[in-house]
Amino acid sequence: MNRNLLGAAAALLIAGSLTSSAVAADKLKVGFIYLGPVGDLGWTYQHELARQALVKELGDKIETTFLENVPEGPDAERAVEQLVRAGNKLIFTTSFGYMDPTLKVAKKYPNVHFEHCSGYKRDNNMATYSARWYQGRYIQGEIAAKMSKAGVLGYIGSFPIPEVVSGINATMIGAQTINPNIKVKIIWVNSWFDPGKEADAAKALLDQGADIIMQHTDSPAAMQIASERGKLAFGQDSEMIKFGPKSQLTSILDTWAPYYIERVKAELDGTWKSGDVWGGLETKMFEMAPYTNMPDDVKKMAEDTQAAITAGKLHPFKCPVVGQDGKEVECKGGDHLEDGQILGMNFYVKGIDDKLPGK
Amino acid sequence: MQLILEKRAERSKTVALASPLIAIGLTIVTMTILFMVLGKNPISALYVYFIVPLADGYSLQEIAVKATPLVMIAIGLSLCYLANAWNIGAEGQFLMGAVAGSWIAVKTQGTGAGHWVLPAMLLLGALAGALYALIPAICKVRFGASEILTSLMLVYVVDLLLDYLVRGPWRDPQGFNFPTTAEFDPVATVPTLIEGGRLHLGSILALVVVAAGAVLLGKTIKGFEIRVVGAAPRAARFGGFNANQLILLTFAISGALSGLAGIIEVAGPVGHLQPGISPGYGFTAIIVAFLGRLNPIGILIAGLFLALTFIGGEQAQITMKIPLDVTKVFQGILLFYVLACDSLILYRFRIVSSSPQVARGAH
Amino acid sequence: MELTEAIILSVLAASTPLLLAATGELVAERSGVLNLGVEGMMIVGAACAFGGAWLTGSIIIGALCGMFAGVLMSLLFAAMALGLAVNQVATGLALTIFGVGLSGLIGARFVGERITPAPHLHIPYVSDIPLIGHILFGEDGFVYLSLALVVAVWWFLYRMRAGLILRACGDNHVSAHALGYPVLKIRMYAVMFGGACAGLAGAYLPLAYTPFFIPGMTAGRGWIALALTVFASWLPGRLVIGAYLFGAVTILQLHAQGAGIGIPSQFMSSLPYLATVIVLVLLSRARTGGSTAPAALGTVFVPDR
Repeated sequence: MNRNLLGAAAALLIAGSLTSSAVAADKLKVGFIYLGPVGDLGWTYQHELARQALVKELGDKIETTFLENVPEGPDAERAVEQLVRAGNKLIFTTSFGYMDPTLKVAKKYPNVHFEHCSGYKRDNNMATYSARWYQGRYIQGEIAAKMSKAGVLGYIGSFPIPEVVSGINATMIGAQTINPNIKVKIIWVNSWFDPGKEADAAKALLDQGADIIMQHTDSPAAMQIASERGKLAFGQDSEMIKFGPKSQLTSILDTWAPYYIERVKAELDGTWKSGDVWGGLETKMFEMAPYTNMPDDVKKMAEDTQAAITAGKLHPFKCPVVGQDGKEVECKGGDHLEDGQILGMNFYVKGIDDKLPGK
Repeated sequence: MQLILEKRAERSKTVALASPLIAIGLTIVTMTILFMVLGKNPISALYVYFIVPLADGYSLQEIAVKATPLVMIAIGLSLCYLANAWNIGAEGQFLMGAVAGSWIAVKTQGTGAGHWVLPAMLLLGALAGALYALIPAICKVRFGASEILTSLMLVYVVDLLLDYLVRGPWRDPQGFNFPTTAEFDPVATVPTLIEGGRLHLGSILALVVVAAGAVLLGKTIKGFEIRVVGAAPRAARFGGFNANQLILLTFAISGALSGLAGIIEVAGPVGHLQPGISPGYGFTAIIVAFLGRLNPIGILIAGLFLALTFIGGEQAQITMKIPLDVTKVFQGILLFYVLACDSLILYRFRIVSSSPQVARGAH
Repeated sequence: MELTEAIILSVLAASTPLLLAATGELVAERSGVLNLGVEGMMIVGAACAFGGAWLTGSIIIGALCGMFAGVLMSLLFAAMALGLAVNQVATGLALTIFGVGLSGLIGARFVGERITPAPHLHIPYVSDIPLIGHILFGEDGFVYLSLALVVAVWWFLYRMRAGLILRACGDNHVSAHALGYPVLKIRMYAVMFGGACAGLAGAYLPLAYTPFFIPGMTAGRGWIALALTVFASWLPGRLVIGAYLFGAVTILQLHAQGAGIGIPSQFMSSLPYLATVIVLVLLSRARTGGSTAPAALGTVFVPDR
């Protein structure tokens, strides 16, 4: 009971400090908004790992907080603002749907800095960041074409947004360098996260003759199915080899930690500036999981390609890029497509025998 | 010895007043135990849930914003439930209102249309919600199909319709293919009431709806009919009340209010149409209706109270790192206790001897 | 041929959790209780089943844990809706909110772990017969269990006296009570059976479908199970058809996409719900004996003494 009384006294003290907004802020407060539960094993999980790495690195100078399972609707704006009001000075909002809510709050609190993941709207105190996952997809396309016996890839998509569409295109362009006649079958599950449906989609693709599974959804369900059927697959967001020890060829790993650490350091130094960071292999915005379950020559090819992309010698969307209609896509970026064209990609490249939904 | 439940001759006024307090007391006891199991200080946790959100103007505004759709929908639902019409598809009517109202916003975008846009949107939203609610009502009245289930099924249909529209025809052309319409023009946006805050005109409308609900039920013949049809269907038949007509009417009102709440939410706090505009308002409102004992003022209080737990839950995550799941468990427990305690307004426990003969003899 | 077989196998697997949960709900509804908390019972069942299987390494113990958790959840519902005569709709919704939170708390420590999924049946030679062999003798045990359960429920409802009494409670609790049957006790057993089935349905997901636990992995299947009982007009036989039809639409829609047939997937996905409404209307119109909703469904009963 004594402990409770002490607790009560402590609570009143805490409460006092909560309500008076003048918090003695010797530590920088950094907030995070997550779309899923921290244990989703995919997208949110990777952001959470990065937050933990951040705490490990700068724990004596900062204090972090997160709100999980924040729906991308009317509640998002409040969630962001709650973090601001709790004294957070740098806030990472980690899903596309938080773009407008983050912007609204950013306009209201010019002295707080915001970092929005994967969006395109910015402000003086709102930066954006994302990763050039299409680089990894290109490498995966090459590996897939080498490893596929049937010459048919199975691709599980979430939503036909540019990030996903550019991933499919990069895969195809990469695969076509190895096998010009490669085919891809695409299934949209209209969800980022529904393990059952992702598993169903993987089964359907394998049943239709695809022998390599690629996914742009968040759970390890598809990897699990591939493993059960003795087929090969690529992971997504996180290391999924545990779910397919004999199946995972590699996985695109979202490694936000270096970026988070860099930005928080900048905030601590007072050098934080808004901007857009769209990093790739060269800045370790994402990494490739170890190349496994493939012969040495394929592994070597993958590593060489990765090195070439990292060194800037190879651009997955180097011109000419030919659309489904057989026409060359206008080459706005010199010898490769301009970033804007990739960020808003709304067409399939030649060789994809399917129709882009909504077109 | 056996514990049995029996109906009271009349509502217990004492329990009616004490019930919410008992329920909150029991919730606090249960949560204290849960927090201790989780290794969190129960007193500061409860303080964060219940008191912190009430301590400043911003949080109070947010509570009102969150409660607005809940209260508006729940008022309509309470009319249905009083009339024994079981509309549990308010979520679908909410979405239908949002979709229909947004149609005007999308079509007038950038055309410099005048101030008629928002009123038209609200009207169309309410109308569409009412029409959508009439489908299960007509199925019930004409064919006897269970309205509980048809109204629930129609939620999924409109959810997919919305999904289709924002991924296809209504997609923001400048939006990089993301599934959302463009931000609505200012004339298509519900105005806010306080500079810098999110409190909007919809909250005022919700209060009007509460008042209208109270007047309808307390002062009008229709309100009397609704209550009689629900409470004593036989008496209502003798009184010549048309139960079917009341089902249609209450469903239409409920659908209209849900639809209105939907378009207000889209044109207000959200600002554009996108999937996931409702974090389950239509379903949460059912609980609000019951927590408020199907009484307009009760619903207002219940809506605000439930909103408080949502805001408090976020505070608890931020200041005490209490996972969101705990907030859901907390809400569930609270609902159980409130519903259970309210039951004792109409019923009471009695200890009877378990021997059936004696029980019969005592009858 | 191979593709057909593969599709049938996928449909069987996708339909099984729906069929299990719907069978339980059917019995509960037949006794007059509408429990909207199926989703909540399922997800708690999933978390507990995975926990049990992960700790013990046994799928069967896992399944039992899931069923047990489902029963406990249903008892909570029964205490409220039957014991205290609280409105069933409100109680069911509260149960789902509670269950989603509880499963997250229970499952938090198992996230990221994986187990060996339930093995597929293999009878030498028999299971190798093309098409029939795989379908009839080559799936995991849950698939056959769910079908056996439907048969058992049918037998119980239509061939046993106890089943007749249960249906009587659902159609007219006042008469059933007047005849001396303990309506509330019968309903409690029915609700508990519903909970066990929902728990087992939830267990199927992490034990056989995708052998890991992730919060929210039931993804709305509990609500579909509710729809199925209506679609089936509360008849066990039609429940099987309904569940497989629903599973088939889900799977075929994916196959149609893979084959490059461009129908907006939202239209395909909404078909089962529209079909349910239409079926319900048609059935209510036809009013063929015993195939409409239990007359006392969802109503509160407090015995007079």
